[in-house]
Amino acid sequence: MADNRPLSPHLSIWKWRVHAITSIAHRITGNGLVFAGLTLFAWWLAATATSAEAYATFSAFAGSVFGWIIWIGLSWAAFQHLLSGVRHLAMDSGWGYQLGVSKLSATWVWIGSVLLTVAFWAVFHFAGPGVF
Amino acid sequence: MATDFNSASGLKRVRGLGSAKSGVHHWWLQRVTAASNLILLVWFLASLILLPSFDRSSVLAWISSPLVAVPLLLLIVSTFWHARLGVQVLIEDYVHSEGLKLLAIIVLNFFIFGIAAVAAFSVLIIAFGGVRA
Repeated sequence: MADNRPLSPHLSIWKWRVHAITSIAHRITGNGLVFAGLTLFAWWLAATATSAEAYATFSAFAGSVFGWIIWIGLSWAAFQHLLSGVRHLAMDSGWGYQLGVSKLSATWVWIGSVLLTVAFWAVFHFAGPGVF
Repeated sequence: MATDFNSASGLKRVRGLGSAKSGVHHWWLQRVTAASNLILLVWFLASLILLPSFDRSSVLAWISSPLVAVPLLLLIVSTFWHARLGVQVLIEDYVHSEGLKLLAIIVLNFFIFGIAAVAAFSVLIIAFGGVRA
């Protein structure tokens, strides 16, 4: 029984393609969202609950150039992870394993994540609280 | 048996647990929390756009509403749970020493539950009127 297990012949011969990059990016954006996103989310809530001074400290960070780089980066990471996650859920159901479909859906994860990031900040700019 | 590639023992196969432990449960909850994250994150992003301002008083007034505090608590539970499952897989894939792996997963759990408790308590104390602007 164990003798019949299939083996891939060339485990060390491979190259980066869009679906491989999308796969590892899902892991990188996911863990980035945990250690940057969730931590900052908790800081924001805790600062709001604590005091005006604590909130001012958070606001100074949030409104700084570094803060804005973080917010834009996190929003893109969230949309990348979200779209890549939807792709994973679709593949869990058995969809999209053909090479062409897999490459196309992976490509659309990248295009979609940039489009959603631009769309979010455009709506935020024109309809949001007026901080950007 | 030429097409049978399953190397698991008969007992493991019957129980459907893969290599043992709780892999299927972990896998399934990762998917369920992914779905709830999707719904709650869309609500959260829309709410950020609809906030009148990011002043502390506006944020306090926003969280004071049960219609905000409840989904905010659900968002905390869903995202932190999903995060805990996801980072655990990262650790299991890259930390090969059994002792270090165990330690890393324990530290992860302390981190996740610690930060999640701070976030949830902050929402609750505001929602129950324990914070003055």
